[in-house]
Amino acid sequence: MMSEKAKIVSPSRRAFIGGALSVGGGLLLPTFLPGLPLIQTAQAQDALTGSLFKPNAFIRVPSQGAIILVMSHAEMGQGIYTGLAMLLAEELEVGLDQVQVEAAPADPAYIDKGASEEETGGSSSTRHCWVSLREAGAAARMMLIAAAAQRWGVEAAGCKAHEGRVTHQATGQSLSYGALADLASHQPVPEKITLKSPADFTLIGTSPRRVDTKAKTNGSARFGIDAQIPDMKVGRIMACPVKGGHLTGYNKQAALAVPGVVEVVTLPDAIAVIGDHMWAAIKGLEMASPEWDYGKNSTTSTEDIIADMKKASDQSGVTAVKRGNVQNALRNAHTRVNAVYELPFLAHAALEPINTTLHIRPDGADVWVGTQVPGRARQEVADATGLLLEKVFIHNHLIGGGFGRRLDSNSIGQAARFAKQVSYPVKLIWTREEDITQDQFRPYYYDRVSAGLTNNGAISGWHHRTTGSSVSARWSPSDMDHGLDPDAVEGAAETPYTMPDQLVEFVRHEPDALTTLWWRGVGPTHNVFVVESMIDELAHKAGQDPLALRKKLAAHQPRAIKLLDEVAKQSGWGKTLPDGHGMGVALHYSFETWAATVVEVKVEKDGQIHILSAHSAVDCGPVVFPDGVVSQIQGGLIFGFTMALYNEITLKNGRVEQSNFHNYRMMRLSEAPDIHVHILPNADAKIGGIGEVGTVAAAPALANALFAATGKRLRRIPFAKQFGKDAV
Amino acid sequence: MKFDLKVNGTLHTVDVTGDMPVLWILRDILHLTGTKYGCGVAQCGACTVHVDGQPVRSCLLTVQSAAGRDITTIEAINQTEAGARVQQAWLDEEVIQCGYCQSGQIMTATALLQKTPHPSDAEIDDAMAGNICRCGTYVRIRKAIHKAASHDV
Amino acid sequence: MLLRYALLTALVAGIGSHTAFGQTAATSAPNQNEIIEKGEYLFRAADCAACHTAPDSKKLTGGRPFPLPFGTVYAVNITPDMQSGIGGYTDAEWLKALREGVGRGGKHLYPVMPYTAYTLLSDDDALAIKAYLFSLHPEKAETPQNTLVFPFNQRWGMVFWNWLNNPNKRFEPDSNRSPEWNRGAYLTEALGHCSQCHTPRNFTYGLSSKAYAGAVQVGWKAYNLTSDKEHGLGDWTDEQLSSYLSTGKAVGRGAASGPMAEAVEHGLRYMTPSDISAMMTYFRSIAPIAKGPVAQDMPPANAPLSTTYKRGEALFAQACAGCHLANGLGRQSDWAALAGAHSVSDPAASNIVQVLLTGTSLETDQGKVFMPSFEKGYTADELAALSSYILAHFGGVKADVPASEFKK
Ligand code: FES
Ligand code: FES
Repeated sequence: MMSEKAKIVSPSRRAFIGGALSVGGGLLLPTFLPGLPLIQTAQAQDALTGSLFKPNAFIRVPSQGAIILVMSHAEMGQGIYTGLAMLLAEELEVGLDQVQVEAAPADPAYIDKGASEEETGGSSSTRHCWVSLREAGAAARMMLIAAAAQRWGVEAAGCKAHEGRVTHQATGQSLSYGALADLASHQPVPEKITLKSPADFTLIGTSPRRVDTKAKTNGSARFGIDAQIPDMKVGRIMACPVKGGHLTGYNKQAALAVPGVVEVVTLPDAIAVIGDHMWAAIKGLEMASPEWDYGKNSTTSTEDIIADMKKASDQSGVTAVKRGNVQNALRNAHTRVNAVYELPFLAHAALEPINTTLHIRPDGADVWVGTQVPGRARQEVADATGLLLEKVFIHNHLIGGGFGRRLDSNSIGQAARFAKQVSYPVKLIWTREEDITQDQFRPYYYDRVSAGLTNNGAISGWHHRTTGSSVSARWSPSDMDHGLDPDAVEGAAETPYTMPDQLVEFVRHEPDALTTLWWRGVGPTHNVFVVESMIDELAHKAGQDPLALRKKLAAHQPRAIKLLDEVAKQSGWGKTLPDGHGMGVALHYSFETWAATVVEVKVEKDGQIHILSAHSAVDCGPVVFPDGVVSQIQGGLIFGFTMALYNEITLKNGRVEQSNFHNYRMMRLSEAPDIHVHILPNADAKIGGIGEVGTVAAAPALANALFAATGKRLRRIPFAKQFGKDAV
Repeated sequence: MKFDLKVNGTLHTVDVTGDMPVLWILRDILHLTGTKYGCGVAQCGACTVHVDGQPVRSCLLTVQSAAGRDITTIEAINQTEAGARVQQAWLDEEVIQCGYCQSGQIMTATALLQKTPHPSDAEIDDAMAGNICRCGTYVRIRKAIHKAASHDV
Repeated sequence: MLLRYALLTALVAGIGSHTAFGQTAATSAPNQNEIIEKGEYLFRAADCAACHTAPDSKKLTGGRPFPLPFGTVYAVNITPDMQSGIGGYTDAEWLKALREGVGRGGKHLYPVMPYTAYTLLSDDDALAIKAYLFSLHPEKAETPQNTLVFPFNQRWGMVFWNWLNNPNKRFEPDSNRSPEWNRGAYLTEALGHCSQCHTPRNFTYGLSSKAYAGAVQVGWKAYNLTSDKEHGLGDWTDEQLSSYLSTGKAVGRGAASGPMAEAVEHGLRYMTPSDISAMMTYFRSIAPIAKGPVAQDMPPANAPLSTTYKRGEALFAQACAGCHLANGLGRQSDWAALAGAHSVSDPAASNIVQVLLTGTSLETDQGKVFMPSFEKGYTADELAALSSYILAHFGGVKADVPASEFKK
């Protein structure tokens, strides 16, 4: 971890990092003051509100009005604005009703120290900010108290901060933070920061109203796609439908003949039609009828990719874990299962399609976009335009669903290469079809597993060889460890269970015809499905209760045992179920959080699957925002159920066959089960992540429940197609 | 061609082709960006507005078939009694995650309550089935609709 | 736009009224531009674009596959490219191709190409179409190889078929009928080649004698167009019929989909009101044949639902009601109305199955109306349940659509 002081940005950098701007009342979100470049606007804004006290990159205290908290992590629905604001406000001693939040600009001051870059991902925001943001709040509070003590000529120890005021306890005199702002800005940054004792928390551990939701009920919230810049045009982008192909021709006249179309611009592998509004752009692109040379991937289909992958999986790979003697243990096993599991390519399909609004000028660029990686976005635009990095301003926006897609900024680079060809601000949008077909996909995984049990129910040999594309190798090569992608084996190398003889290998196999990327739950969404299905297979084959077997195998993990007991109690595990019903359980430790989940299903005679209920017991250590945890598990499970039941991306002749929600299907409200989340508080444990935990649990718990209901073992996702009238 | 479009009680004259969907007029011409684009093919419901009180997918509603009718968007739904109640219930139940689908959800739910003040679970399922929430807020949407219907918000 | 329309009307009313029946030459020889204009109108009336437009392109370069019971036939390139298109055709060769199904170099065409209808065209009209096609930009595009099984892969076999099925005669007006009826007959039979889809075929794949009694073509059902009141068009009002022909929809009768939507999109919607009315006159005169599905009213709502119907109902709410509305009245546009359509009361559910599997699209004066294919997103069982529900709910027909319909 970083030293305490390193977290606090020195005052000399304040002008630079005060980059984001703020206007008006209510929830503050990135906005634009016409006619002023970003930095000037921010300064003008600060002058307007008298933003005098800026103890660090995260807090600005104006002499009047709401205190501004700067959000270093992107809000994409996971409630992080509320969680981060709570960390700051708790130590700063202000109520959430006294603050406004705004998105941080791209700036090194907002580097996530755990990720070494500006990044929102891996369910890590709260984990990485748990200490640093509380310290930022506490430092500011200490400086405000020091200012008050100086003003009154009293000891700081006799002063107390509460709800945005400092009070001298002996005399009862009191001043607001605003009144103290000027004086506070002259206080030294404290050498030693004292954090509150958890026993004194008044905000952390409660469920206040989220800071971002009011604007989301009345249409005023601004997502990237809602950016409105004076004199802006709107464009629709279409890239070659096959990866690696290029544009060979298009009908410019026909496109320009569409009323409202302004311009047609191209890249070697893509075309954009720009108009006064999106409809002109949509029709203009249709009329442009772009023609393509599809290139070398024009005959690739998913079957080819899988066949290659299967072949590659015959050879052993890079070893992730090797313990004991697996072959011996397997040979001596009393019960043994050999299985192949397959997980499909997946699109992110966030409801807000990819979009970027840019104004690229000879002397600088403004970019309005929702991104999980503002630093990368800034670099992409600098690279695409040749502008200096510091001349590129990223105005980060609310994101209409991230799920990993906006961890890659390729679409922002593409947009910049288009936008630098025009002089006006332009909003470039991918249609839903473009968003799905040009996505970067969750890798396909082909997993071979052999595992055994001894006659008294201990694991006797566990061999797991996973084959798939490595996202780390492309996205964060420094994470690679001698050819091993730690993400590819996350959840497989370390399991909750005692495995004296274990071999886990990774075979890297990269498909040419598409690009792969992080997807909600990353490694664990893949591996926990395999591991938890296998444990279930072993239990059934050995005639043991799957939940009881897990307790036995994870006996050395007290947190797991507690959760299994809790979820068994809450779900009524073991009760007699009607015909066609079944319950399945999954246990996992991922993102430093433990979770046990039980799903109950009903399968009709015609193969129709109903998910009736889900119970999750969760131990994520200290809990900042309990209702946020519940909501992430609920949403995460539905996200995972959707994938497990319905989703796969397939290629034919190099093209993605799915294009919109009629063929890339989403679970609907009428299918959603009741979801009950049981948090087991654990204040002394390390704090865990939560955004992806539900998604990880969904597929294995569902597959195990479907087995219990029907006796059919599903080793391949998606499930729904495997349940027909003839199949059950 | 010129069309008269009545949005949230205000008359706007727009000069566009007759096949232009109301969605893009709202967003790109009238700058009412609360109505969202999610799919463009009436599969997600993010673009739902009310036309003469009926929930309609504005992504496939052409300006020439909407002209002269009463259009209400998320920006003004609080001016209806049911709309205000739904919005409040949404806040009280903390329904929203990313929020991108929620304008559409609120518009559909409001139309449901205007027609069926006390919907059953099955009626909620039917009415809301056309609105996708990728974040999976369904459990809370159902609860919030019941809450809005019960008048105790 | 207006000018163009006026010109067309003049062409059709003036020149057309004579030459269309293959009688006399035009009163004054039209200039080349007028011939091309007229050719374009006739080209549309003959619905050539629907078949000869290449997939993924707006060009008439062919390539569209026609899966037939005996193999797949591909439409050819009809742009004036010398090698791959029709650029080398002389007038005589063109007439022979259109009338006898014999292409350049004596190659017999397969009867997917409706030359048994086009054979009725007058010389002037046939050559006007050629003039129009020759005014287009030549595009190089080879036609894929047909894949037919023996004996259908033997083009000479067509000689025999032609002898059976192609009378090779020009259109003869019936002097006992009105000029309007004759015009309608010419448009329907020679140009629109409506019988090619709507008349059942006999065992040699020629048209049977049950003219316009309805038939299944490439999986889609082409409905009964006779004047039968229940099965055919006898009960349709003039307004419904003219609206359906010129826009692809009619209140209370549903909307055109699949190949019929293409016929409207590429051909019928360009036709003048007087030509539409002439076709109606002709349809009204076709003797009734009681065959095919009967359009039904919606049954009472509160009949208890079986598991299948319930499954279908839930799916309809999820994926369909956004456009069609729970009551099938259509939300977005008149084209989305289901109630009253033949398709939803056909127990064989041919067009429901087709539209769910392949989708449909129709260009209208209000923009493009379309429905995507739902095949990839939903299982065969689900689509079958959905179809059964649609039949029961909107068509009042109780029929269990088998999942196998969606697995072909
Ligand atoms: S955008 Fe209209 S329904 Fe999805
Ligand atoms: S809240 Fe994100 S899509 Fe519904």
